[in-house]
Amino acid sequence: MDVLQLAISGLANGCVYGLIALGFVLIYKATEAVNFAQGDFMMLGAFITLGLTNAEFMGLPFWLSVPIAIVIMGVFGYLLDMLVLRHMFGQSQIAVVMLTIALGFVLRFVAGTIWGHEPKSLESPIAGLDVRFGGLVLGLDEVSVIVVTVLLTVVLYVFFNRTKLGVAMQAASQNQLAAYYMGIPVKRVHSMIWALAGAVAAIAGVLFASKGSIDPSTGLLGIKAFAAAVIGGFGSLPGALLGGIIVGLIEPFASYYIAAGYSQIMPYLLLFLILVFRPHGILAQIHRKKV
Amino acid sequence: MSALLEIENVTLRFGGVTAVNGVSFSVEEGEVFALVGPNGAGKSTLFNLISRFYDPVEGDIRFAGESILSRQPHEIASLGIARTFQNIELFEHASVLQNLLVGRHRHRRGNLVTELLFTPFVRQEERRHREAVEKVIGFLDLQAYRDKTIAGLPYGVRKVVEMGRALAIEPRLLLLDEPASGLSVEETQDVAFWIEDIKKEMGITVLMVEHDMHLVSSVSDRVLALADGKMLALGTAHEVQSHPKVIEAYIGVSDANEKVVA
Repeated sequence: MDVLQLAISGLANGCVYGLIALGFVLIYKATEAVNFAQGDFMMLGAFITLGLTNAEFMGLPFWLSVPIAIVIMGVFGYLLDMLVLRHMFGQSQIAVVMLTIALGFVLRFVAGTIWGHEPKSLESPIAGLDVRFGGLVLGLDEVSVIVVTVLLTVVLYVFFNRTKLGVAMQAASQNQLAAYYMGIPVKRVHSMIWALAGAVAAIAGVLFASKGSIDPSTGLLGIKAFAAAVIGGFGSLPGALLGGIIVGLIEPFASYYIAAGYSQIMPYLLLFLILVFRPHGILAQIHRKKV
Repeated sequence: MSALLEIENVTLRFGGVTAVNGVSFSVEEGEVFALVGPNGAGKSTLFNLISRFYDPVEGDIRFAGESILSRQPHEIASLGIARTFQNIELFEHASVLQNLLVGRHRHRRGNLVTELLFTPFVRQEERRHREAVEKVIGFLDLQAYRDKTIAGLPYGVRKVVEMGRALAIEPRLLLLDEPASGLSVEETQDVAFWIEDIKKEMGITVLMVEHDMHLVSSVSDRVLALADGKMLALGTAHEVQSHPKVIEAYIGVSDANEKVVA
């Protein structure tokens, strides 16, 4: 039973890592930029929800705050691309990387100024409740995280394969030039991808915040999610989720079977091994372009 | 017949190099018009000007009577102009079918919510696009490759897929950038038949850049020869090939027509 409970809690954590990793990969595939503030997007989404919901701030109903936070983060992502990143076209990739790292610092500072630097808990209706399957006691928060991630994966799958915008996103990320001449407004589609990454980060933030407390440095989780994305195969959306889940599962088992401190080391040890033996990740999507 | 595409006194410079120098011509609705000339003559640059990749420093480009210079590259497809590329620009990790379906983008009436729910209207739309694409697949004999990923396909097939994707757009004007380059004699023959059918059966106007003079003379109604960004001669394939300036541009001295055949 212990093992199963460890697996569930690891899976729940892994889902959050996976969703942040998904944001990394979405943006990387489409625009070839790496958004190192993706973890901070998640933190910001969580704090916006907390700010809207918690009684000490606005005290709105939880189910109203969540969609508002998702929309705010979507708009934030869209505007960031439209107003800042689009104008960096032609600059080296490292310039974009530096910009997103700096943006992460700014977001942490802004969140700290508005909501304080101490850990805070989101007043979510699912916190502290249990679900029982026979002798198994699972936190409703953890089960919800897994269920929401599965649902979101299905929605994203349908979105990318069935909708006009989703297909346009795939096309724009595979070949920009061709996408333009199929009538796809590539620049706007890029902004929509940033919006999608923002919205997914907000969902990850709400899920993460409903499992425990958050503070402005929560966004540093992005580093672990980045490792997850590399383990899964940077550039592969299913790989990002898979990598996240693997990292999430390794942590509790490492601290259970080895020693508590190892949970923080194991994901990076795995990253190290993956980079040595399978440098393109588990679900590699990098193919050489034929000339 | 009326002018579908009008190029009026267009000039483009890259730094000190004048790539296109005061070029004017018009393509009539329903004809096959070919641009020929040695490398660096400005043929592909003209294509990139028409598809709004570059802005001319002088002159105007009109499609169906309207200037397109204020249009964005992504708006060109919805005007009814489709193109292929010299170096093949396909969606490498997608199947042939998917590539052609992206060509239907401008015809898709999208609404995110109904699309996510896959309502009967959306399903009916999907079926309509699938039928349109199947027609193109049948026309170009691509049935055997329908579900194959582009990355693994031979060069000749990729070339045909790109033409198919442009046809899936259902354009009024089709720009073909060296449709026969790198193809075998048999494949080039297929291309010639297809261009004939595109013109006659589909009623699509074709503007192409091509080096293979056999292909050019067998399919084009009119030919424009360019060299160093300037117009040399305009007329039927035979007229242009025997034009002294054209012969000079290709081989330096006046000699037999045969030598022009690349």
